[in-house]
Order: sequence, then structure tokens, then C-alpha cells
Amino acid sequence: MGLGFLHRHRGTTPYLLLLPGLLWLGVFFLVPLGFLVYQSLQSGNFVVGYAFHWAWSNYWDSVKGYSGEFERSFEYAGIATALALIVSYPVAYWIAFRGGRWKNLLLLFIVAPFFVTYLIRTLAWQTILSDHGFVVRSLATLHLVAHGGRVLNTAVAVVAGITYNFLPFMALPLYVSLEQIDARLIEAAEDLYASKLHAFLRVTVPLSLPGIVAGTLLTFIPAAGDFINAQLLGSPTNHMIGNVIQSKFLETGDVPVAASMSFILMAIIVVMVLAYARAVGTEQLTG
Amino acid sequence: MTDRITRKVFLRRAAASGSILTVPGLLAACGGGGGGGGASSGATTQQLAKTLRFSNWTLYMDRDLKNHTFPSLIEFQKKYGVHVDYMQDVNDNASFYGKIQGQLSKGQGIGRDIIVMTDNSPFPALLVKKGWVEKLDKSAIPNIKNLVPVQRHPAWDPNRDYSLPWQSGFTGIAYNERLTDPVLSIDDLFGNPKLKGKVTCLNEMGDALSLVMLANGDDPSHVTDATFNRAMAKIKKAVDSGQIRQFTGNDYAPPLAKGDLSAAMSWSGDIPQLDAPYIHWNLPTDGGDTWTDNMLIPTGGNVYTASVYMNYVYDPQVQGLMEAGDPKRNITGIYYIPPVIGAKEAALKFNPPVAKNTDIFPTPKMLDNVHLFDPTALTNQKYLTAWQNLISA
Repeated sequence: MGLGFLHRHRGTTPYLLLLPGLLWLGVFFLVPLGFLVYQSLQSGNFVVGYAFHWAWSNYWDSVKGYSGEFERSFEYAGIATALALIVSYPVAYWIAFRGGRWKNLLLLFIVAPFFVTYLIRTLAWQTILSDHGFVVRSLATLHLVAHGGRVLNTAVAVVAGITYNFLPFMALPLYVSLEQIDARLIEAAEDLYASKLHAFLRVTVPLSLPGIVAGTLLTFIPAAGDFINAQLLGSPTNHMIGNVIQSKFLETGDVPVAASMSFILMAIIVVMVLAYARAVGTEQLTG
Repeated sequence: MTDRITRKVFLRRAAASGSILTVPGLLAACGGGGGGGGASSGATTQQLAKTLRFSNWTLYMDRDLKNHTFPSLIEFQKKYGVHVDYMQDVNDNASFYGKIQGQLSKGQGIGRDIIVMTDNSPFPALLVKKGWVEKLDKSAIPNIKNLVPVQRHPAWDPNRDYSLPWQSGFTGIAYNERLTDPVLSIDDLFGNPKLKGKVTCLNEMGDALSLVMLANGDDPSHVTDATFNRAMAKIKKAVDSGQIRQFTGNDYAPPLAKGDLSAAMSWSGDIPQLDAPYIHWNLPTDGGDTWTDNMLIPTGGNVYTASVYMNYVYDPQVQGLMEAGDPKRNITGIYYIPPVIGAKEAALKFNPPVAKNTDIFPTPKMLDNVHLFDPTALTNQKYLTAWQNLISA
């Protein structure tokens, strides 16, 4: 009977197929987002409770009071994204073109640290970067860190932590787009007297652009909202907007301002992504 | 019933539940977990549950160093047949309250029978005021007579209807003698250039401000805007100059033991528990503060089982061993300040050096040099926001 119904109303099939996805989007994205906006216009705290009255001042308070943390978040996320790209590109390139039958194993090596939880991986860096640990001692011997100086609880540690934690989000999309490149195109470029560098810049890089775009977005967006790295590897002067949001939501109970901050963060990221998509061309986003 | 019919029934029910899948219904369904679990959650039937779910701070229970167990909890299980699910998941008051307040505000349990929160934070008082904690079953706690007199009538719970002290402690300064000269004052901790980036400050407003106010010559038990601002300015200066490396809860202990920190604003009992003889703890020369952690039964917790446990730890013999440990059996104690009359006498039997340690069983002179933080300042939203902004931004 069910099949008969579908047969008679063939036009509705695409919509029926879309339904689960739309429901998912509605229940788990649009409704919470609406609730977030609603909360951001409330006022109150843990003690007196919360009441809604179009408190637009929350937005102004967020921008005015925490512009430094917003800027720092984008700065750290930007640097970490650039570093992840610089580190991942050669790795992904090598696996894609020289990995041969070891490709899958090499990819597993990139993903392997992810079998350990995010928190534990970040805590491990506290030990690795400890003031009396091997890394700091070696850096001090090389005069890259002053004697008695430190790496842990500095901006360097925070950016390094973010870079490390989001590296696979960069490396895997890069690998996928590099792997799809037809090696004959590069050969053709060289046959046409392009130097190796030229062939790389004019053929390989443009063809891997979808991977670069996907990787930078997948790294930058979560990195800008991250708070774990700044909390565990930073000092109070390295805190990012995520730390403020976390503390306001969970510790002071300043839910309205925290909600407005989350919304502002999201809005800025959307604007940045749109500008980025425009600059590189939308077709690169879809590959 | 054949397999086919079962499946049909199943599908029909699934469809029915799908059609009533409204958003509020779904949200209510999602919020549920955590509560209940105990045999008679929230009820006052005098029947023990199988498990007591206990949330406490780290380094806050007697420990068997060899087997990594908690001897007093094992004894409790032997005696009452109740297994204690002991979770050390309180790192600081504000973040713990943040975690539990959502469910409590909806009248749901949080999957705990006992939680421990500090009276120099606004939260124990707030939990009582909001009605988010259960009344103790005092008929099950005859040992309440052993509660030290000074703790019997706190302003926020005058008859101890909802709470009993777990331990008290002092806030002072710990330092590592291998890395620094003795650090005995806040001015040294926050001002000595040799300690730059090697010290931490506690993230509990009451603790941190008490010590800084005393260093400023101000009275922490009567906070004014002027004394508050002066103390905040001093801490902010130390943050901006890079002197303060981090604000911490209990988590200052590992880096202090490891040597990443030379000194730290610190709670008295943590240091003997670290078992690192090169780390010393003192009340600051300008004075320290004192506070009490309280056991509370959150909504939905098993009142009778929790009360029986409270009665157990208020037995001086039990408390004495918990407090002092027993070197002969490889047990370390809690090493904070017990609220139970007779604990010292019992502790003398198990571990005389600890029983004579004045950080654990303080002298009257020490008690004169410690202060309580102003309870009205703890609920001042302006102060709390300023404090949270300082430590998180």
C-alpha cells in the first residue's frame, strides 16, 4: 500500500526524502538558535532568575567589554589555521603522490591521536611543555627561550595547542583534493616547459584549492570558538572569547550576555566565511 | 504472538510517538537523565540504597596509598552494605554550581546524594534559599552532637537542617623551597620579580580577596567598594605584569609539585596530602582566611542513606582515622580541620605527628590570625561579575 501511495504521488518523493534532514536541521539547529537569540535578549542571573525584555544592551556590553578577547580569538585562530596549512600541505602532498600502498596507514597516523580524547591530548601538552621538561630545556640550550623562561601558559602554547588539535581537519580535506589530481596534468605542464615550481603553483595548488578552502574553514571556525587550549595552556592574559562565554554561561550565570556573545561570534564567522567564499569563488567550496 | 505482529505493534507505536514529537516534549525528554537511580530518591523512607553517590573535591578523603582505595569508604560499605560511588568532580564552587544548577532549577535530580560546597562562596546559601537541597534526616544522625560548637549555627543554615560541615581549612601560601626563598606574604607572592610567571592565585573570590585585603590592611569581613577595588587593582596589576600565571581551583597542586610553580595561593590541607616535604604551607604574615566545606543533599538525593553516611563520619573514631591517616597501614589522611569533637584524641592513636600538626588541629593563636570573608560581598552581583571578568578575561 505504501509503495502504491508513493507511486501515485511521485512529485512528493524528493520532499519526503528531504524531510529527515530538514527535521534534523529544524530541531537541532534552528530551534536552539532561536532559543539562543531569545536568551540573549533576557536579563538576570542565577540568583534572581531571567526575564525577557528586549535587552539589546547585552550585545553592546559584549562588544564594548570584550573586544580584546574577540580580536585575540580571531588572531590565534588565524595563526593556527595558517600554521596547520603550512604543516599539513607537504604531509598531505607526500601521502597523496608518494604514499603508494602505505597511503591508508599514513592517513591512520594522522588520525591516530584522535582516538584519545581532546582533553587528555591537551593536558598531555602541559607535561610536554612543562618548565623543567625536555622541550623547554632544549629550547633554552638553543637560546630560543630565556633561561628560567617558559612556554607553558603563554600565547605560543595556546596557538601551538590549537594548531595541533585541529591539524587533521586541515590535513584530511587537503589529502582528498590532492589525491584526486590527475598526475598527467602536472606532467603535461612540465612537458610544456613549466619549471617544477611553476607547475606546482599553476597546476597543483589551484587544483587543490577546494581542499585548502575546506581545510581552512574546518580549522578556523572551531578554533575561533575554542576555550580548552587557552584555559589549559594559556595564562589569564591569553584568554579567548570562548573562555568568557564558558565562564559566563557556567560560572557567573550571566546567560544573556554569554548568549549574545555566542551570537556575535557566530555572526562574525558567517561574515568572514562569506567574504572568503566570495574571494576564492563559491565553486571552490563545493569542489 | 507472532514475530510479525510484534513488529507491527512496534511500528505503530513508533509512528504514534513520532506524531507527538513536539519540541517541548522532546526537550523535556532530553533533560531527564541523571536523577533518580537510588532506591528511594528524595523520599524519607528509612531504607538504605545500594549506592551512595558522593561528589567531593580532590585530595579530600583518606587514601590507601598502596591499593589506591579509600579505606573509610570501604569500612562504610562493610558496615552498612552501601557502596559509595565517590566522584572527585568538584574543582571550584562556581563551575560545579554552574554544572548542577540547570537540572536543579527544573526540579530534577543530579544523580548525587551528597555534594560538598564551601561557605565562602554564595552557593550553599543559594541552594538552601532556592529549596534545591533536601532536609537531613536527623533521626539517623545521633552523632550530630559531636559537631564543634562554633559550627552549629551558621547564618545561612541556622539549625543545620540542610548541611553538615565536611572539613574546614585555611587559605594561605605554599612555596617550593627548592625553587624560592620562603614566600610568606601576598606582597612577596604578587610583587617579587623572581617569582614572575611562577605563581598562581585561587579563583575563589572569597579566598583570594581575603588574603589581598589583609595585605592591604583592610578588613575582609566588612567589604566596601573602596576595599574591594583596592584588592582588585592589586591582583589586576599582578595579572597584567605577568606575575600571576593562572587562576586555579584545586588544580594548582600538580604544577606546584612538579616545579612549574614556585609558590601558590593554597589551601592548608592540600600540601601535606601532596607528600612533598620540600613544599611548605603557611598562613600569610598579614593573616589568612578560614572557610568550611559543607555536605548537602541535592534534590532527588537519597536522604536516609546520605544521613547515615554523615552520622558515620561524625563518629570521632572514624573521623580521627580519616583525618590523620595511619602510617602503619599506609593510609594518608585528609589533613584539613575536622569539625568533630574527639577527632584529635582519636587521631593521636593513629598518627601522633599529624594530630600535633597545628595546620590540622590549629592553636588558638592561629585561629586569631584567620578571618571570615564578608558573606554579603559573596552575593553582591557587581563584585561577582567584576571578579569573574578578572579571572576569565
